[in-house]
Amino acid sequence: MAHHFSPPAPASRRPATPVVAFEGAGHDYGRTVALDGFDLRVAPGEVVAVLGPNGAGKTTAMHALMGLLSPKRGRVLLRGRDPRDRAAREGLGAMLQISGVPETLTVREHLRCFAATYPAPLPLADVLERVGLTEVADRPYGKLSGGQRQRLHLAIALVGDPEVLVLDEPTTGLDAASRRALWSILRALLDRGRAIVLTTHDLIEADALADRIVLLHHGRVLAEGTPAEIKAGTASRRVRVVSRLDDAWFRARPGVASVRRDGQAVEVLCASAEPLVLELLRADPDARDLEVGGASLEDAFLALTQRTVPPTRAVLASAAGQAVAA
Amino acid sequence: MIRAVGTPTRLTFARVARMLGVETAAELLKHLRLPIYAISTIAFPLMFYVIFGITIGGQGENAVGVATYLLATYGAFGVIGAALFSFGVSVAVERAQGWMRLKRASPLPGAVTVVAKLANALLFAAAVVAVMLLAGTLLGGVRLTAGETLALFGSLLLGALPFCVLGQALGYALGPNSAPVVINLAYLPMAFASGLWLPIDQLPGFVQGVAPWLPAYHLGQLALASVGFAPADAVLGHVLALLATAALAAVAAVVAYRRASLATYG
Repeated sequence: MAHHFSPPAPASRRPATPVVAFEGAGHDYGRTVALDGFDLRVAPGEVVAVLGPNGAGKTTAMHALMGLLSPKRGRVLLRGRDPRDRAAREGLGAMLQISGVPETLTVREHLRCFAATYPAPLPLADVLERVGLTEVADRPYGKLSGGQRQRLHLAIALVGDPEVLVLDEPTTGLDAASRRALWSILRALLDRGRAIVLTTHDLIEADALADRIVLLHHGRVLAEGTPAEIKAGTASRRVRVVSRLDDAWFRARPGVASVRRDGQAVEVLCASAEPLVLELLRADPDARDLEVGGASLEDAFLALTQRTVPPTRAVLASAAGQAVAA
Repeated sequence: MIRAVGTPTRLTFARVARMLGVETAAELLKHLRLPIYAISTIAFPLMFYVIFGITIGGQGENAVGVATYLLATYGAFGVIGAALFSFGVSVAVERAQGWMRLKRASPLPGAVTVVAKLANALLFAAAVVAVMLLAGTLLGGVRLTAGETLALFGSLLLGALPFCVLGQALGYALGPNSAPVVINLAYLPMAFASGLWLPIDQLPGFVQGVAPWLPAYHLGQLALASVGFAPADAVLGHVLALLATAALAAVAAVVAYRRASLATYG
């Protein structure tokens, strides 16, 4: 993805002043800790995906960035200012998880309202064209398809030509075709020097759009890096084999992050495959169908979440669900 | 194109005026295109007035007097409905959709949203009084002087403001499905007990005792005073009662708003 950007230096080493900064941000709702010591800096033009299962604190973080809530600990800066300051939000375009907008107003009328709130909005025709809604510009919101609605939500975020675009789960609830359509619109935005922060629980989406991924779990950053770096982390190798050895044997090996049964086979995520394979063949010379490969982002994610916290059913189900859905 | 970290712009009068114009137009269009809203805020009060104020009221010997008296009280009934529904229901619905949150995340000053809703409520309120006045004049023989007309509109529209604040509080306190039901449950009995449907002196004694505690009663009395059916020296008391209502409703709105914005999201 890096080739979409100018300047072309890798995002992680870009020295520019961050347009978004979370500094030890923490928030809770009663006893539920939503965000815990969250740090994140986003440079101009950078695309960062905040990835995590439901309840990881993604939306809380985005709401803090949009000035919708004030974190109880630490601070959040948008273009160096408090996002609750109205003027700071003149550089922000937001796409939230919303269930609807007033249905009797048309696409154009909605866009006009938001355009008026920014100092230098883009021409409406330009925005409509970019999100592919020119044809239905005068159609009321209530008569749009799900994909068209979501593209209007994106257009609302874009219309002010903001420096920072915050997209909270932009493709949730969309079918595969609408999702891909939205991705290609988002990719086309990447050459404009605009920072994008998006949240998703879809690993493929993060991989497709972002040049940096922040893995959030239980309100904490579990891992951060390029998609490649995430994969090159601890559980970067995947070993699959049919063997008489039980799960406990595999778990006891050094560097093993997770063990999963898949029919007859066992699938192991580990830091380094060779020592494991050597021991495996010694312990079970009859082992067969051995496969060694790089871990997918999903695997890395699963292993990381399992290692850091006790693997709850919800986390596993969510991650497994994503793997299936992807 | 790489932009420097932008310096925020100052809000000029022209920009605020433009935001306000666009927001108000959108708010009006939104409601005009919603038949249920136009029917419940304009058609229902008008229908009640025509049935009870003109048709049934017109049976007696003082038909014009009855039609004029009830024009004031049904007018109060109408503007209260416009205020409670355009604020209460739309705030509850848009809050549940997340639409309010999206507006708060935009650079739109919060006050513009409120003023646009206020303008919408007052325009609908003015429309409901205007159609009733027209019906009263054409069908009920009501004849108001220019001064009385001005006083009637003035008292009803200014008097609707505390109910807009009350609507705002209810919109933040209630859910989208319960809002229309709860607002009707409060609005309709209050209108009856405040003497907006039947003259207050025809109501049972205990209801007459309760009425001064209801804000709708004071608006009804103000409207009656504007057309000469209530003593002018009591006006100050009614104005103070409505101001107190506005103050209490404002506190309730702030409390409800805070509670609503603390709600948990994923």
